[in-house]
Amino acid sequence: MVSKSAKQVIGQRLLSAFRDAGAVEVAPDILLDAATLLDLYGEDIRARAYVTTDPVRGEVVLRPDFTVPVVRAHMENGAEPARYCYLGEVFRKQDHGDTRPEQPRDNEYLQAGFEVFARDPAADAEVFALFHRLLTPYGLTAMMGDMDILLDAVAALPVSDARRAALLHHIWRPIRFSRLLARFSAPATLRPLSESTAPWTGLRTGSEMESRIATLNAEPDEPPLPAEWTDRLTRLFAVDAPAPQALAQLRELAREIPAIVEAVDRLALRIDQLAALGVDPAQVRFAASHGRETMEYYDGMTFTFTADQAGWPPVASGGRYDALTAQLGAGRAIPAVGGIIRPGLLAELEAAC
Amino acid sequence: MLKLGVPSKGRLMQDTFGWFGARGIALSRTGSDREYAGRVEGADLTLVLLSASEIPRELASGRIDLGVTGSDLVREKLAGWRSDVREVVQMGFGHADLVLAVPACWRDCENLDDFAAITRQFRGDHGFRLRIATKYHRLVRAFLSEHEVADYQLVDSQGATEGTVANLTAEAIADITSSGETLRANHLKILPDALIHASQATLFASQKADQAEVDRFARRYLGGIDA
Repeated sequence: MVSKSAKQVIGQRLLSAFRDAGAVEVAPDILLDAATLLDLYGEDIRARAYVTTDPVRGEVVLRPDFTVPVVRAHMENGAEPARYCYLGEVFRKQDHGDTRPEQPRDNEYLQAGFEVFARDPAADAEVFALFHRLLTPYGLTAMMGDMDILLDAVAALPVSDARRAALLHHIWRPIRFSRLLARFSAPATLRPLSESTAPWTGLRTGSEMESRIATLNAEPDEPPLPAEWTDRLTRLFAVDAPAPQALAQLRELAREIPAIVEAVDRLALRIDQLAALGVDPAQVRFAASHGRETMEYYDGMTFTFTADQAGWPPVASGGRYDALTAQLGAGRAIPAVGGIIRPGLLAELEAAC
Repeated sequence: MLKLGVPSKGRLMQDTFGWFGARGIALSRTGSDREYAGRVEGADLTLVLLSASEIPRELASGRIDLGVTGSDLVREKLAGWRSDVREVVQMGFGHADLVLAVPACWRDCENLDDFAAITRQFRGDHGFRLRIATKYHRLVRAFLSEHEVADYQLVDSQGATEGTVANLTAEAIADITSSGETLRANHLKILPDALIHASQATLFASQKADQAEVDRFARRYLGGIDA
């Protein structure tokens, strides 16, 4: 059992490395207003957040994540470019399903984080290389993904706007995404919706329903998505190899899916930048679908560093979240990329040596 | 001596008494109707009468060794329920389905895929996530997460859940139903492919109980049913 103070020591060490990398330390509140966070994250995080009530503020949560409060603080009074770092606890309920594991995961743990708000396209490589340098001594597996490539591929599918929007929305949900793709690939027939004599009830309006029915009724006019597109997407989503080989595979695929050329070029540039910063690209595994398993707010590069320990969450994770800043910034958006390291897990790795 | 917890009132108590009676164990309430003590004849058991919703926690803590309650309540109230209790036998009564129900006037909602599409549309139209009223937060969330329905939120409703849609405090509900009558009366319909849990009265044993003693009891009185 590693003591909390030993974890703090490692956290402080990371924090000072982040400061040396040019970051200003921020200390967001632990009690955060619930509404924004929960609307953004949805039920999966609500299930894991400690929600409580304050007589004046209403629903509040114990900080489940630093990204949102850091983005908000930056939106309120920050100027670009900006680099922030922080160290503090996050709180997450651990609900394990039918049987509880022998070693339950922590429900409060430290995160040390580094976030860059800048229009500099080299920021992705800067963040990844910094994390890589700090974590090299621990022998972790570095994995990278890129939601940009997947989103561009899906956005370019020859389907109607309604179908495209549905696919883009569900890209993080593999079952729903494949069901939609299968449906759009088959000829659609008119659905015989039964009439209803039930009186109208609830907030959803009749015209909202009619507008969805109109979309459903237009389905038979849509040509099915040619089978080669499902095949191309399947091959794209399955790319998983050391970064240089993955890049070669993506270049091949870009001949069939021209819409991803630019995003693949950006990945190629990032890999070059990483090499220039001392990261061996062959030691980074690139998995195209990596970002589909992360938080939904990452919409560009995603990354994790994992230890070879059964049942452990990633030791570090992060990525680019431009869309999140647009959503929180009420029209104002700023490119943002960052990540967190869990000092507690590093402390356990050190203790095991 | 094993301690058995049984629901303290209503149909569930009567059916439980009947079920044990058929196996040669006469359970009864002692004293007045307000007193929650019981008598057992025909087996070496102590009987306590409890609210059905308290039985899961009493089993988990080990204050009772055996308990009769709905399988829905055990799954909802005990996170990691298999670590706390085990099913001795399903008793074949108290059937109730935890279902997802939407307004019957939603002609375009016939299955869970439709529902997922409607939650997305609703969020776009109204600027907040579609609300599902329920008291079964964990079961509903686990079900929707498994089926990758994303654009919803749960709102807590501890009673009169069917009324929340008409009162505009929710757009859909997840609740227990046996006949579906209350749902129909409130102009709601069940989504046929969204059966969240088929519950029935179940005899559970606490993991903290003497397992050999529980097995002996089951073999002797319950026709050799070994959990």
